Amino acid sequence: MSKVSMVLNGKAVSADVEDRTLLVSFIREVRQLTGTHVGCDTSQCGACVVHVDGRAVKSCTMLAAQADGAEVLTIEGLASNGTLHPIQAAFREHHGLQCGFCTPGMILSALDMINRHGAGNLDEKTIRHELEGNICRCTGYHNIVKAIKAASDQMAGMAQAAE
Amino acid sequence: MRAVRQVLRQTETGKTGLRRISGTGGTGAFFGRETMAVEGIGARALRKEDKRFITGKGRYTDDIVAPGMGYAAFVRSPHAHARIRSIDSGAASVMPGVDAVLTGDQLVGDGVGNIICGWMIHSKDGSPMKMGGWRALEPEVVRHVGQAVAVVIADTLAQARDAADAVVVDYEELPSVTNAVAALGPDAPQIHPEAEGNLIFDWEIGDEAAVNAAFENAAHVTRMNIQNNRVVPNPMEPRAALADYNSAEEHFTLYTTSQNPHVARLVLSAFYNIAPEHKLRVIAPDVGGGFGAKIYIYPEEMVCLWASKRVNRPVKWACDRTEAFLTDAHGRDHESEAELALDSDNKIIGLRVKTVANLGAYMSLFSSSVPTYLYATLLSGQYNIPAIHANVKAVYTNTTPVDAYRGAGRPEATYLIERMMETAAREVGLSPAEFRRRNFVRSFPHQTPVIMCYDAGDYDATLDAALSAADYDGFAARKAEAASRGKLRGIGLSCYIEACGIAPSAAVGSLGAGVGLWESAEVRVNPVGTIEILTGSHSHGQGHETTFSQLICERFGIDSDSVAIVHGDTDKVQFGMGTYGSRSGAVGMSAIVKALDKVEAKAKKIAAHLMEASEGDIQIEGGELKVAGTDKKLSFTEVALAAYTAHNLPEGMEPGLKEGAFYDPTNFTFPAGTYVCEVEIDPETGKTEIVNFVAADDFGKIINPMIVEGQVHGGLTQGIGQALLESVTYGENGQLLTATYMDYAMPRADDVPSFNLSTHETLCPGNPLGIKGCGEAGAIGSPPAIINAITDAIGNNDLSMPAKPEKVWALYNSTMKQAAE
Repeated sequence: MSKVSMVLNGKAVSADVEDRTLLVSFIREVRQLTGTHVGCDTSQCGACVVHVDGRAVKSCTMLAAQADGAEVLTIEGLASNGTLHPIQAAFREHHGLQCGFCTPGMILSALDMINRHGAGNLDEKTIRHELEGNICRCTGYHNIVKAIKAASDQMAGMAQAAE
Repeated sequence: MRAVRQVLRQTETGKTGLRRISGTGGTGAFFGRETMAVEGIGARALRKEDKRFITGKGRYTDDIVAPGMGYAAFVRSPHAHARIRSIDSGAASVMPGVDAVLTGDQLVGDGVGNIICGWMIHSKDGSPMKMGGWRALEPEVVRHVGQAVAVVIADTLAQARDAADAVVVDYEELPSVTNAVAALGPDAPQIHPEAEGNLIFDWEIGDEAAVNAAFENAAHVTRMNIQNNRVVPNPMEPRAALADYNSAEEHFTLYTTSQNPHVARLVLSAFYNIAPEHKLRVIAPDVGGGFGAKIYIYPEEMVCLWASKRVNRPVKWACDRTEAFLTDAHGRDHESEAELALDSDNKIIGLRVKTVANLGAYMSLFSSSVPTYLYATLLSGQYNIPAIHANVKAVYTNTTPVDAYRGAGRPEATYLIERMMETAAREVGLSPAEFRRRNFVRSFPHQTPVIMCYDAGDYDATLDAALSAADYDGFAARKAEAASRGKLRGIGLSCYIEACGIAPSAAVGSLGAGVGLWESAEVRVNPVGTIEILTGSHSHGQGHETTFSQLICERFGIDSDSVAIVHGDTDKVQFGMGTYGSRSGAVGMSAIVKALDKVEAKAKKIAAHLMEASEGDIQIEGGELKVAGTDKKLSFTEVALAAYTAHNLPEGMEPGLKEGAFYDPTNFTFPAGTYVCEVEIDPETGKTEIVNFVAADDFGKIINPMIVEGQVHGGLTQGIGQALLESVTYGENGQLLTATYMDYAMPRADDVPSFNLSTHETLCPGNPLGIKGCGEAGAIGSPPAIINAITDAIGNNDLSMPAKPEKVWALYNSTMKQAAE
């Protein structure tokens, strides 16, 4: 057993867990935040994507102990004060989800993508290439791509307005 | 003028069906009530269910916990075919946290029934299908890799898995066979004693003599061998179960990933002897996709229920992805020989098909209907074919069971006829579009020679729309331009028809179905005027909470926030048949309409009584019941409250405002359309890029165009997956080589294009809304369009799915080599 401490969605948490506990198990079972999903066991599907210290990671392939001392963001921590993040709003506006199972991972991958490329700098080809690590079986990606593009452009507008 | 109305793809929110908007709220607000739009039929209403999914508040089966629950881990066969000599659970049963190690002997000893197939098929000699026994935990002979032979229940999942690894099973390996044609061969191993030569049934449909006569008179015959590759449905949420037995009440609750919780309860109760129906509650909460794979009642879910009673604690099982590949019912896997006879005018005069269907190691719930009544009855396509004969042999193999996957039989039929149509057109030197047009059905109702009676459609309209959107006439120039860049460009068509809303119950019963295929609905108007709709349909991504609400908004003029859709719980909804076969609109919504008719009639009676008006003068508009031609009116809430206070109701009227209905359709529905695929292939690598994909569909009445488009996008992508990427591969000794996402190629975002869609509406005359259904069309219609395009590009027709780069590269090079010689 090891004591694992992290800042999860802005809140300091810690727990004693078996050494082999995966980060996704820590989030889902120990902290009971079930928005992060497990769709495969081989780092392929991306349903388990969370941010660790600002970078998107697949939480099914990382030990909880490796996130000790880190800041972790899950889908539950994305909206603030009852206001959806622009990416969340864009997924709804553009019908970028159906069954919803891949959606939390998709949204957090989209956020990482926008952070790395800069808001407003994403075109369809780049978005499709960047989504390589996230599988959706429902939407055919068409509306996910539209949603991410719209969110990226909207966030660029917001950043400009803030300047 | 054609009775067709084009619904523009780019219809903006509010232009169609948006009756009234009040209130405010931006896209950001989600805790308060936001838009108060009354969005009726045809509106692009944003989805009510999205808020929970985009904030991580969805509740899927594996998210649910029960106090004191244990975890199940299964011990699975590593062999495709083996006799079990012994199972030694001694070491496992004393490992930390282990409650029990349970085996098939205990399961059979407790009287748990064999897994059933719910559709009886008779061979052409009149004999019933030959069904081998299927136990949820196999005690004697395993017949495919991954079959469960024991289960461990422990305090934690890790403990259960550790202990499952410690169960020692001694197997005597037997010869195995995974290919269906090989399984029919004289030297094939015998898989079930009940099915001699591994033949489950040898079925036929159509008039063989008439077909033979047509071929004798044919001016041209097109012949092909056609494979439909085996694929795995792969909903992103793996299957899961949480079974909770209450020993004091002798009552079971099962949370499970089901497309049809009521059918699950019925089967668990009536056939598997788990518990009588009133002692068994099945809840299918948020379900992360189905595509057919979550219709069936699998061994694992049954075992969790049984084990929960055995160990007297709640038991959870969550499938990992490899277990899903090994145990979720697979789809397709047909090998066919097809012959198409044409007369001298290039009109089709006959079609002859021989198909071998691989059903895997056991007969899954609806497996027998897929290669028969859901397949051969659609072989007429959109065409006037006077004589059709199909013979289907269904075969056991040492593979995972095969059952319905998005489209179920109809994709196999469409792939066959549409590959044949394109090939025949090339052979006789007609444009593929012109050849199809020459053979279209244009008069309705149209009785095909294979049971189906097409009720309404306009195949020219969807073909015209697709050709125009694809700029079919400009293809030659694009091909030349691509050639100048060293690329091979091809174009392919597919004019599909499918059958949805499979019914009426009496008809499917006469064809062998073990269940009726109606749907139920209940409309509960609460005393404050809010409405709950209870439906037997189940949403696992389709957006029923939104589209079903739109029906109520349309009818009563109330806002969508005042409506709740209740589904997926056998304690709340009395009975229902669930969601598959694109039936929730055509059948499920029709049941709601019937119940709404009754509610409306009673509300009008009450309003007329209260306002001292004639019932016939009451109109419902904008959430109010008005007396026509006067300013007298009551709000919907006032009428509902009057129904429940019952202080002043018409004489003899019962209090309350709640009505139910069962709806049994009069016929199948027949969505149809044309897909055009344009590809560019790199001759150096054989890699195919889909440069344009056009879909023109006729789904009848559309409730929410946004959701319909989403269904088409997803279906097309599954079809592209089957055509270009996905393929189940068994190795020597029946090992499944494609059992992870590392080995099985799922379509990803950069494998597919953005799609160009349009819809055309001919109403279905068979249901009150005119709905045909849209859930499967994309997966049904797209594979032949893609393969037709690739074969056009490389000039070689001998291509099977999936068209992986190495296969395309090799075919193109052999074509070039032959041409050079």
